[in-house]
Amino acid sequence: MSNESKHDPLHDSAAGEAPDSKASVNASTERTIRVAAMARVEGEGGITIVVRDGKVEDAQLRIFEPPRFFESFLRGRSLLEVPDITARICGICPVAYQMSSCHAIEKLLGMNVPAPIKSLRRLLYCGEWIESHVLHFAFLHAPDFFGYESAIAMAQAKPEFAAIVRSALAVKKAGNSIVETLGGREVHPINVRVGGFYKLPSRADLAALAERLERVRDVARDLVRWTAKLDFPDYEYDYEYVALSHPVEYPMNEGRLVSSKGLNIDMAEYPDHFEERHVPHSNALQSLKKGSGAFFTGPLARWNMNRDRATVDARVLGGELGISWPCDNPFVSIVARAIEVFHAVDLAIRLIREYEPPERAFEPVEFRAGSGAWITEAPRGILYHRYEADDKGAVVAATIIAPTSQNQRQIEEDLIRFAPTILDIPQAEAEWKCEQVVRNYDPCISCATHFLTLNIVNK
Amino acid sequence: MNVPKPRLGVFKFASCDGCQLSILDCEDEILAVADRVEIAYFLEATRRPLEGRFDVSLVEGSISSPEQLEQIKDVRERSKFVVTIGACANGGGIQGLRNFISIEESIAAVYANPSYVKTLDKSRPIADFITVDLELQGCPINKYQLLNVIAQMLAGARPRVPDHAVCLDCKRRNIVCVVVSQGKACMGPVTSTGCGALCPAHDRGCFACYGPSHQPNTAALASRFESIGVPSDQIRRFFHAFYSTSPAFVAEGLRHV
Repeated sequence: MSNESKHDPLHDSAAGEAPDSKASVNASTERTIRVAAMARVEGEGGITIVVRDGKVEDAQLRIFEPPRFFESFLRGRSLLEVPDITARICGICPVAYQMSSCHAIEKLLGMNVPAPIKSLRRLLYCGEWIESHVLHFAFLHAPDFFGYESAIAMAQAKPEFAAIVRSALAVKKAGNSIVETLGGREVHPINVRVGGFYKLPSRADLAALAERLERVRDVARDLVRWTAKLDFPDYEYDYEYVALSHPVEYPMNEGRLVSSKGLNIDMAEYPDHFEERHVPHSNALQSLKKGSGAFFTGPLARWNMNRDRATVDARVLGGELGISWPCDNPFVSIVARAIEVFHAVDLAIRLIREYEPPERAFEPVEFRAGSGAWITEAPRGILYHRYEADDKGAVVAATIIAPTSQNQRQIEEDLIRFAPTILDIPQAEAEWKCEQVVRNYDPCISCATHFLTLNIVNK
Repeated sequence: MNVPKPRLGVFKFASCDGCQLSILDCEDEILAVADRVEIAYFLEATRRPLEGRFDVSLVEGSISSPEQLEQIKDVRERSKFVVTIGACANGGGIQGLRNFISIEESIAAVYANPSYVKTLDKSRPIADFITVDLELQGCPINKYQLLNVIAQMLAGARPRVPDHAVCLDCKRRNIVCVVVSQGKACMGPVTSTGCGALCPAHDRGCFACYGPSHQPNTAALASRFESIGVPSDQIRRFFHAFYSTSPAFVAEGLRHV
């Protein structure tokens, strides 16, 4: 389906296709590299690259996953329901949605949550980073580096790959066990609420969790070393990285929004510095930084700018890999993702060790009218939420900007820059290489198409 | 052993990917499953192209665009047994809440250029368009229920999935009723089993993410909610949520405005 499926009845979707396709013009000098439906990404998208006279004219990340209109139907729902609803934007990173929602709503309501609740939230987020990152680097991304259609095919092909896949499954399972212990279940946790948790985990549960994490710590370290030895295409660019930055913590739930080219703002100022645009080939809006355009968010951006705040062992490990940081090769994102897994395992163990239970599971909620915005670091990058509510706690307006929307233009620009290096290889292989470029960003298309509020038109 | 393995397809429509992710969350079982079943199409996990027929197709997501309407018919034609997985495929999903709003209003609220967007006026479950052989409920599905279904099919049995109310699970697990003991609103009496009474076990009321149980008495539950002081609009929101197109829930919700 990914290759050569121009007439594929299932996935050759018209939505998101540029209406003025230039494919028929000047056919003798024009070539199109087209991936109808990308595999091993979360959600439905494709790629079109138009090459004219040996020059890349345009690259589109087509997103035809149908919109789900979250921001419309959130209106009128209670603020207390929001974390359960926004979780459903993404089955891979529901905790990210719950975290950005809870923090934005607590900001709206002027609430402060105590330190132990903050620690439990970071612990929960560690679990999601682990399961989401391992899923991506081992199952969705790694097969690209060896030319396999899937991780299962890799595991079935060679015992050494089977060992890697089994290791990855063990680490992923440990991550999921964090989410299950604190959230109740792996996908769409039910225990997260505005103000804290519905029920606190018991000491015994946390001790068992720490033990499971200890058991995969070395496995996670070995996986980082394995990713660092992959064969990376020679490609670099002077990106503008954007991530949260916190004085002492590796960024997750708190900090200022900074970039590698001088941006340093309060997270609530995000709309002053970034804008969204609606392009015909995408059911997701593209984010741009005002005045400069595309930017890069996610694990590589975080690690490049914040690695000195990772756990001690993660820092040491990062320094041993023979990669010089900051690294401007997007293919090395897979290593950044793997290091963040090790960091998250390490941090999770520490958070459990240092945990002292709060007096109560959640802070009481008192409604008031207002607005609140927050950004947290989802596995794939910064996730912005903003809510407005009335004095009864009903949502009046919601805006959610997912990491994949933010990386979307950067992905297209990478394709435009990268495509000239693959023009001489066979079509099927060229398509595969382009997919790999996109997978560097671990795009989550369901996230991107949940939808963004631009402006409300009253007819 | 030249007996061909049964061919499994995994298909996605409008959804969050969480139900198909449950397959990849079977960390202890996935490689064993891959030995017994040919994972012939699963776009989230493999580049294998779509071709041929499927013994079992797992279908996630609701139908919400004109293209999907054609696609789901193709899936049916290619498949011996279609199992719809999750709240979106079986009950319209949370995105079905837009069915209660005019679609023009939804599109205008989120897009600068509404003319680019192709969408049906409603988000609807799979069974509105094709014959479904088995429905597996939940937002998300329970991965052990899914493994069970696959195992039963491999054994040649017609799979069965329980659909009693969550209440029974609370009794079995010795969870004290949160309605009776804490006065909390709980959808457990009308919600299908599958989660193991997760929310009551975490000191909160069930919010019906597994959809209606067998023959739910929604009116009795709604009047109980009224008697413990749940406001009318909140009662509506309880019923109009993750199973946004299930007739029993839609009708009960509309009685409370």
